[in-house]
Amino acid sequence: MTTSITTNSIALNKNSAKPVIEIKNLYKSFSSNAVLIDFNFSLYPGENVVVLGKSGSGKSVLIKCIIGLMKPDKGSISVLDNEVPQLTSSQLDKLRVKVGFLFQSNALYDSMTVRENLEFPLRRHWFKTSQSEEDTLIIEALSNVGLTNTVDMMPAELSGGMRKRIALARTLILKPEIILYDEPTTGLDPITGKEISNLMNDIKKKYKTSSIIISHDINCVKIVADRIVMLIDGKCYAEGTLDELKNSIDSKVKQFFE
Amino acid sequence: MQSNALYAFFDEIGDITRFTGKFFIELFKSRFELKEFLRQCFYIGNKSFGLVAITAFIMGLVITIQSRPTLVEFGAEAWLPKMVSVSLIREIAPVITALICAGKIGSGIGAELGSMKVTEQIDAMDVSGTNPYKYLVVTRVMATTLMIPVLVTLADAISLYGAYLGANIRGIVSWDLFWSQVFDTIVYSDLFPSILKTYFFGFIIGIIGCYKGFNSKKGTEGVGQSANSAVVISSLLVFVIDLLAVQITDVLNLN
Ligand SMILES: Nc1ncnc2c1ncn2[C@@H]1O[C@H](COP(=O)(O)OP(=O)(O)OP(=O)(O)O)[C@@H](O)[C@H]1O
Ligand SMILES: [Mg+2]
Repeated sequence: MTTSITTNSIALNKNSAKPVIEIKNLYKSFSSNAVLIDFNFSLYPGENVVVLGKSGSGKSVLIKCIIGLMKPDKGSISVLDNEVPQLTSSQLDKLRVKVGFLFQSNALYDSMTVRENLEFPLRRHWFKTSQSEEDTLIIEALSNVGLTNTVDMMPAELSGGMRKRIALARTLILKPEIILYDEPTTGLDPITGKEISNLMNDIKKKYKTSSIIISHDINCVKIVADRIVMLIDGKCYAEGTLDELKNSIDSKVKQFFE
Repeated sequence: MQSNALYAFFDEIGDITRFTGKFFIELFKSRFELKEFLRQCFYIGNKSFGLVAITAFIMGLVITIQSRPTLVEFGAEAWLPKMVSVSLIREIAPVITALICAGKIGSGIGAELGSMKVTEQIDAMDVSGTNPYKYLVVTRVMATTLMIPVLVTLADAISLYGAYLGANIRGIVSWDLFWSQVFDTIVYSDLFPSILKTYFFGFIIGIIGCYKGFNSKKGTEGVGQSANSAVVISSLLVFVIDLLAVQITDVLNLN
């Protein structure tokens, strides 16, 4: 059933490095709705992996399990050598500093200004940041997304694309090692979408991050993907580079690239 | 069908109890979010004081005007300040204030947390290393618990002033006489239980609002529903607590 396509370059990568995220036999269902069924996946250091799948196939559920917002029914999720489902809440807090998460809906705090939104991840009590350090971090994060002038605005005053970029800045402010992007370009015009995709590549180069990117946007996939994983029927149905999957003969895979 | 509804009812009571238990666990954990707590206190006081003041004033006035004919019939007109002040302090000011706050603050909390829930802002807090329960629920419940007694105390004073004006529409009662009668009548055993119960009113309004918000269903309709049911349930519980409070003070012979 599973068509596994592996390129030489990835195979090399796989042999030489230990995965930063390793998922084994993951099961997750909501009452009678089985979403993930025996899902297996690894993310290697320094790669951008795109997860493709139909709407409702469980992509958001997958990355929420990785960050510990949802508990899987069965299976193991290891992130930077931490077994996520078994972590206590304070261990999870420490791990989450190293893992950035961009929400599909942005999830900016409506009642706070852009500055307060960006300060929020810095509030953890073991972080002893001074006001000037905080300001530097905020300005750096905003200039990464090219929006330094919005610092005192409310999220409601921003356009959809600007909100996406502020959410991205908030994700990046702690300089995570791993970033999980949930549909970073959905709902944006092609030009802004392309800007964000390029930004994601820049971030990868600048901070040496590894990321999982959920996306339907084929233009974004073209720019960012080192490898693509297809989530079909709750499983990792196929994986490979864009070209390999495009030329696949499997009908379920093919329909994504028509 | 009916047993289903009954099941859902007890299920919800169980959920609310668990939610309340979690409040007490989180309350005593370190890092109290003082800034957010103060912001909520200010917000609650600022948002509902005007409404509470107007209602309390009108209630004081109206109750006095309505009570006069009956007392006149018994030739007991001089008792007007006594009778009115007891019913205002013991019952009317606390319950009316609580109901207004259930409508204004309870629905506000339900809608705010509900929309934060459905737009994943609560998850975002969790991911950002801030316990959303501590940051959002503990601060709001503490704020309603402490602010509603303050509002009730103000409502007591304002409603008594309303009563003073009401007493002066038809008869003439001097300022001094009115207040000396009021303070002769009202003793600690009137004031103490009636203020004490308002802490419970405040607690219930906060906890039900937060519970409904945190369990909001997806979509704008879900948010509206949480706000709405927060008001309905907390108003109902205000009356239940009021009933219990009367029974308890009665048994303890504080009346
Ligand atoms: N909290 C939840 N409770 C119950 N069911 C859920 C919950 N979250 C997700 N689901 C179900 O899990 C399935 C997968 O949802 P998910 O959000 O992961 O889809 P998705 O692949 O991200 O889709 P999209 O591309 O539209 O975002 C859906 O059938 C959804 O109904
Ligand atoms: Mg999704």
